[in-house]
Amino acid sequence: MSVILILLMASISVAALFLAAFLWSVRSGQYDDEISPPLRMLHDNSISQNIDTTNTTTTLKPIN
Amino acid sequence: MSNSFVPQTSTAVQCFHCGEDCNEKPVIIQEKSFCCEGCKMVYEILNQSGMCDYYAISKNPGTSQRVKIRADKFAFLDDKKIQASLLSFTNESETHVNFYLPQMHCSSCLWLLENLHRLNKNVISSKVNFERKEADIVFDHRSISMHQLADLLASIGYEPYISFNDLKKNRPSLNASKIYKLGVAGFCFANIMLLSFPEYLGIDSHEAYLQGAFRYLNVLLSLPVFFYSSSEFYISAWKSLKHRFLNIDAPIVLAVVVAFGRSLYEVFSGTGAGYFDSMSGIVFFMLVGRVLQDKTYQELSFERDYKAYFPIAVMRIIDGNAVSVSLPEIKLNDTLLIHNQELIPADGILTMGKALIDYSFVTGESIPVEKQMGEIIYAGGKQIAGNIEMLVIKEVAQSYLTKLWNRAELHTETVLEERSFVHLLSRYFTVILFTIASLAALYWYMHDSSRIWQVVTAVLIVACPCALLLSNTFTNGNILRRLGRNQFYLRNAQTIEEIATINYIVFDKTGTLTTGRYQDIIYEGVSIEPSIIKKIAALAAQSTHPMSKAIVEWSGEIQPKHTGIKSFQELPGKGIEGIVDGDSIVMGSAIFVTKKTEGTTLQSAVYVSVNNQVLGRFGFRNHYRPQIPALLQQLQKLGYPICVLSGDNAGEQQNLQKLLGIGAPIYFNQKPEDKLEAIKQFQLLGKKVMMIGDGLNDAGALKQADVGIAISENSSHFTPASDVIMEASVLPKLYQYIRLCKANKQLVMTAFVVSILYNIVGISFAVQGNLSPMVAAILMPASSLSILLVSFGASNFLSWKMGFK
Repeated sequence: MSVILILLMASISVAALFLAAFLWSVRSGQYDDEISPPLRMLHDNSISQNIDTTNTTTTLKPIN
Repeated sequence: MSNSFVPQTSTAVQCFHCGEDCNEKPVIIQEKSFCCEGCKMVYEILNQSGMCDYYAISKNPGTSQRVKIRADKFAFLDDKKIQASLLSFTNESETHVNFYLPQMHCSSCLWLLENLHRLNKNVISSKVNFERKEADIVFDHRSISMHQLADLLASIGYEPYISFNDLKKNRPSLNASKIYKLGVAGFCFANIMLLSFPEYLGIDSHEAYLQGAFRYLNVLLSLPVFFYSSSEFYISAWKSLKHRFLNIDAPIVLAVVVAFGRSLYEVFSGTGAGYFDSMSGIVFFMLVGRVLQDKTYQELSFERDYKAYFPIAVMRIIDGNAVSVSLPEIKLNDTLLIHNQELIPADGILTMGKALIDYSFVTGESIPVEKQMGEIIYAGGKQIAGNIEMLVIKEVAQSYLTKLWNRAELHTETVLEERSFVHLLSRYFTVILFTIASLAALYWYMHDSSRIWQVVTAVLIVACPCALLLSNTFTNGNILRRLGRNQFYLRNAQTIEEIATINYIVFDKTGTLTTGRYQDIIYEGVSIEPSIIKKIAALAAQSTHPMSKAIVEWSGEIQPKHTGIKSFQELPGKGIEGIVDGDSIVMGSAIFVTKKTEGTTLQSAVYVSVNNQVLGRFGFRNHYRPQIPALLQQLQKLGYPICVLSGDNAGEQQNLQKLLGIGAPIYFNQKPEDKLEAIKQFQLLGKKVMMIGDGLNDAGALKQADVGIAISENSSHFTPASDVIMEASVLPKLYQYIRLCKANKQLVMTAFVVSILYNIVGISFAVQGNLSPMVAAILMPASSLSILLVSFGASNFLSWKMGFK
């Protein structure tokens, strides 16, 4: 049963890693702004096609 | 029938950019309508760079560009010293600067501002903090200067707001230490509980070495909790102890220290497992409550002073050239060039130009003041009629406005005592606690003196007022959030109680009860033919005075013609006159038009005469916010006496008296010091005063009052320092907010009663000497969690019932 001590050490170390991750993430300022990340996620960063440039044509080749 | 002023909308076409109505002929390009050239220009800029997704993400995302921004408004950014104090980082290839852009309000704004690099290749990147409405922009300063960057932002409708404050880098840094402490406490608490289970659930005697191992691990884990996470409470209890005062943190500190001490003794002497889990549980739950209560509103500042109101730089004229100079460097006898719509930064004498200054924010006067050459103009007002030049006679820090501000601050250096009823309760609590402990000690001394310490420490541990505190902080935090969601932003939780106890309400007039937007115009006199109205409008359109503009709008003429006008003259302080198509029209003050000294000459009346025949006069009435009359009556009916203090003249006396009833105190021509004094007088009479104002002239009164509420028209507007910031649109709901704050106290009392029950159960165990660690460990989290749920549910239910979002 003394193996339980080793397991205990392992689990506490893992938990301590998570604690460190938590502290680091708060410190990095992730939670300062909670409004923009959800909005930012939804933005599509491709170049929009709104300029009137009708010279580009794309042809789709049929796949055999 | 009097013609009251109504804005006319001829078409229902909305501007594609900003969504406002295109009143006049809309500007059309590519089949899209815009309300003005400005909006159209922003569209073109975005279209050229392929950024029309801006319009796809949100509908009409822009802000109206009708008021053009001066071309060289950001010229002061060329000054190296100013640049150095604004930027946050720089090296050879890039510069980081943080701009406050109050116009951002939707996801389109976010998208556009983060894609700034597509508009101009010299912008390397930009990151938006939407909560603070700031953008961190990284740009290549070798190819684009800060000045050009600001111009770029202004051209797409996001003009940076740079104030004097930014020069001194007065931004408070966010304090996350409580959250770190909470994280550590949570980690230790959970693991200690885990390690305590074996002991509670029975561990075999031949595994006794495990028991020892677990106990010592517990000791280790509790060290960070005791020394780091609880430091909050130690510091707070110590501070109040220095004032010979026992606040609510004292019993908590007692419980934590006693638990830790006893547990250490038990473990090292091998007599028991100790109470580490209860101790860390106490600390953890208390910190949860604290963190929840400490919600701050990052985008608002409750601490503003005049520096946030002033611009960062103005133009100074040296040898005929206009050079920008930052405010602290303005010296005596400098000649400043003040543009239209600019703030006057220092007291001075007008040397050139026509001065028409809007002091409504500073003194509460609703009508702009005209000044002649050689007259003194005071700092703080906004020039609204063309450019003027002035000679500085007092430096910025010495101006009347600044001195006023500083004086107001000195007046109210009250020490922030915790006057919450919870703290009062805690004192009784501690006394009762000690009584019980001593009684129990006495009892056991007489029966079995070996158990004295055991019992006394158990009582002190279990009787921690965690539940009471938790319910208090949690409910406060919840109510704070609710109120914030309804645009009523409190500075901290203490304000909730202050609001609940007020019994006297004072309003400012200009900007608070009235909107500065436009005045209601009422014409009294002989009715005028339409053709003459057209001519009056044509003449009035020649003048930039707001009263003239109001007359033009009253006339219904959208574009009065300006041909056929001869001999137009505008005489400051008197009026305007001219000949329109043969008719001689004179408009202005009573004396000017009627050439008689009449009895009552209220400044807010414009007389009009055509061909030397006085037709009548235009009376200007303040435009009260809708539903204000209803609000005032409701408050009075419910027992809140109301007083109005106004910096304006007594023109509105009758109207206000009608609204409030005879006998209500209404004072006019109040200087800021007068307002402060009035509040003091009320307080001396034993009243708890709530002051509601919006301008700099209310600043002293807002601080002196028990609760100061600043009304804000929109978040980019400056508000003086206050306890509460309230959106102007929700002012009619004032009474509901007060009701919710009052309900807060009842909620906390209810939760308190429930928590007392837990305490009774726990103490009954402790007094009998039966408080095993397991019982304590169960009792603590159980009581905390249940109180949490009860407070949460009750406060949400209550606010939903009262109709809050």
